[in-house]
Amino acid sequence: MSSTTPLLEVRGATKRYPGVLALRDVNLSLQPSEVLAVIGENGAGKSTLMKVLAGIQGLDAGEILLDGKPIRIRSVQASLDLGIALIHQELNLCENLDVAANIFLGREPLRHGLIHEARAAEASRKFLQMVGLDISPRTPLHQLTIGRRQLVEIAKALSINARVLIMDEPTSSLTQHETENLFEVVDRLRERGVSLVYISHRLGEVKRLADRVMVLRDGENAGEISKQDITHDKMVGLMVGRDISRFYDRHPHPAGDVALAVEQLRTHAHPRRRLSFQVRAGEIVGIAGLVGAGRTELLETLFGVERPLGGTIKVRGEATRFRAPREAIAAGVALAPEDRKQHGLILESSVEENIGMAGWFRHRLAGGFFNRRRQAADAQAMIEKLNIKTPHARQMALYLSGGNQQKVVLGKWLALAPRVLLLDEPTRGIDVGAKEEIYHLMDQLAAEGVAILFASSEMEEVLGVSDRVLVMHQGRIAGELARSQLTEEAVMQLATGAETTTVSNL
Amino acid sequence: MKKILGISTLLVVICVATSVMNPQFLTAYNLQNVIRWTGLFGVISIGAAFVIITGGIDLSIGSLIGLTGCVLPLLIMQHGWSAPAALLVVALLGLGVGLTHGLLITKLKLRPFVVTLCGLMIYRGLARWLTGDQTQGFGQEHETLRLLATGKVPLPFVTGFEIPSPVLIMLALGVAAAVFLNKTVYGRYMLALGRNEQAARYSGINTDAMTILAYMICSTTAALGGVLFALDFNLIQPAGHGDFYELYAIAAAVLGGCSLRGGEGSIAGVIVGIAVMRVLYNSINLLGIDTQLEFTIIGVVILGGVTADELAKRWAASRRAAAERA
Repeated sequence: MSSTTPLLEVRGATKRYPGVLALRDVNLSLQPSEVLAVIGENGAGKSTLMKVLAGIQGLDAGEILLDGKPIRIRSVQASLDLGIALIHQELNLCENLDVAANIFLGREPLRHGLIHEARAAEASRKFLQMVGLDISPRTPLHQLTIGRRQLVEIAKALSINARVLIMDEPTSSLTQHETENLFEVVDRLRERGVSLVYISHRLGEVKRLADRVMVLRDGENAGEISKQDITHDKMVGLMVGRDISRFYDRHPHPAGDVALAVEQLRTHAHPRRRLSFQVRAGEIVGIAGLVGAGRTELLETLFGVERPLGGTIKVRGEATRFRAPREAIAAGVALAPEDRKQHGLILESSVEENIGMAGWFRHRLAGGFFNRRRQAADAQAMIEKLNIKTPHARQMALYLSGGNQQKVVLGKWLALAPRVLLLDEPTRGIDVGAKEEIYHLMDQLAAEGVAILFASSEMEEVLGVSDRVLVMHQGRIAGELARSQLTEEAVMQLATGAETTTVSNL
Repeated sequence: MKKILGISTLLVVICVATSVMNPQFLTAYNLQNVIRWTGLFGVISIGAAFVIITGGIDLSIGSLIGLTGCVLPLLIMQHGWSAPAALLVVALLGLGVGLTHGLLITKLKLRPFVVTLCGLMIYRGLARWLTGDQTQGFGQEHETLRLLATGKVPLPFVTGFEIPSPVLIMLALGVAAAVFLNKTVYGRYMLALGRNEQAARYSGINTDAMTILAYMICSTTAALGGVLFALDFNLIQPAGHGDFYELYAIAAAVLGGCSLRGGEGSIAGVIVGIAVMRVLYNSINLLGIDTQLEFTIIGVVILGGVTADELAKRWAASRRAAAERA
């Protein structure tokens, strides 16, 4: 491959969990000053491979070489000592401590047995500078945004002289601006000779950052793409192992009557903004915007999670004032929430119960008795209709993949035949195959006359699936784009507050 | 059923071991006594299970038993109320206390631990103040009313062994509770919200109402327990009556498979759980172990039981996870 010795090399990595082969003869090589993107569907083995490198898990077979010499990584500490640091998706920092204390956690400089705070602060400055953070090392961590905390975590990794940084979905909770900033830091680290392994579902980022892309599929190497050949289609093709040119296949349907009409709505997140828009039956309306634009708050207000501060919401012509989700559900409104595991599902309950739960009251027998037969029938119907991959309906939702969990959430609502379906980040953390199925389902539901309003941070999704897009910026609707006007540039301009456009409804 | 297999085995083991070491255990007199206590404590444990299943806790059960146990004889003996009127007041007291707890916990978002800890102190103080710390009782009167707790029902075809009435009350309550919990949508709501309150709310469940209902069930069974204990003891000391009983109820629920995180538990398990504790207490007496060690032994057994249960659960979970991946 390359004439130079790779900085880090994995050969023939095999890892077996009881009953499943998580990694099969996987090879990885990382050159000095290289950004290697590792992509693959959920369950492809990315996390297992990273856990092996970070010393969280051992290998059953295969070897790891650093500078061409075989090494054993027995623990997280051993991995850190070798200069390999993993930045988790969820950050591992103490909010109650200041920045310097976090950077030197467990390695505090001491004087007379007490922590030498001044020296810790002084030593932190250099590392903060390297990640472009212009803040005092004495700043309490809780005062920092998520994006800045992540930079602190990177600074911490640099402070132990990390030569290999592994980043697992680093941008999943960052704003656009923070993401850009992170990219710059990555570029700078690469110039300094640090190598990075970058795991992401966001292929746009991979294209922007990666020197090379390594694709895993079903625990095996599926292929590699060198920098000049990185394209979206190529990456997706290797990930799913098939051609998916029909990825976003939309058939616009004739829009029916207005199903959801919002006028002068004010939400808790942005009390001074007034939102007005309509969604017709059979229409799919996307809500684009940056993190913090107020999309989730809007959907939750429409679903009765939060009460509106003012304005009116009409569902199929009737003015409503939902005090709780149960009232919204009764009116035919459903929400697949952003936080699937906290709000969408009861992970410890069965697939059947999760699908049936929202219908318990509606389908109750005389005397408030539970209708088990109805639930079993609904669950079975949804498992078939949505192609939910589960060994049986009594399986705990916990054991399903992200895509199948989301299908369970959708199944819960489809069993109640909603008229207005609200979706908040409908495909977040879901693999490509399941995404395709969910888009297809949205299309099908629209054809059946359901009004769909969905919020998404994925540009491709917003552009591909929507009939019409509302772009939010700082709590207001900055503009509305018809399908014919949809371009990435047009959406970004509105989302960043560049200009305001209004387009008549289709 | 599988869930209560472990605790049931423990119960059988303790029974067998005790009867081997002291045949006195198997006498009708002793067995009747043990199951009578099981019935009395079973009533309050069933109520506590509802709160625990929703992920809450009620520390005020013992004090409420003390308060209702004082109010009943006070109204009847000192104020000359009729028994039904006094019982109605006690029932309303239980419902009111539960409603208050539930409202504070759901609407003001106070911690169940704090709310019911304050309840523990408030109801105890009220019981002592209302009675002037004077011991209460029914003397030789109201024998019919007292039969609720002291009565015995003969079994057909069996002589020499009669079922104490608290056992029957507990069984009736237990059946009703089990049907409610497992067969009605409301019981399933409680189980669902105990596992994940947010997801339950997002699925259209009126989580506040269900939580309040659970606290009302708990306090009302505590009031019923208070009545039964008072009728049974007939000598009610306001300062100590019912002290620590909430701990028996909570321990029984935990032994019986309720998770303190909520969302899990069965009524049958709770009843077996309280039976284990009463049998254990009986064994300590029969085997001549120092009664000062009572709490120590019960504590050790509960700790051992829940540890074994947790280990078994982990083992099952890892096996299941392995099976799923295959």
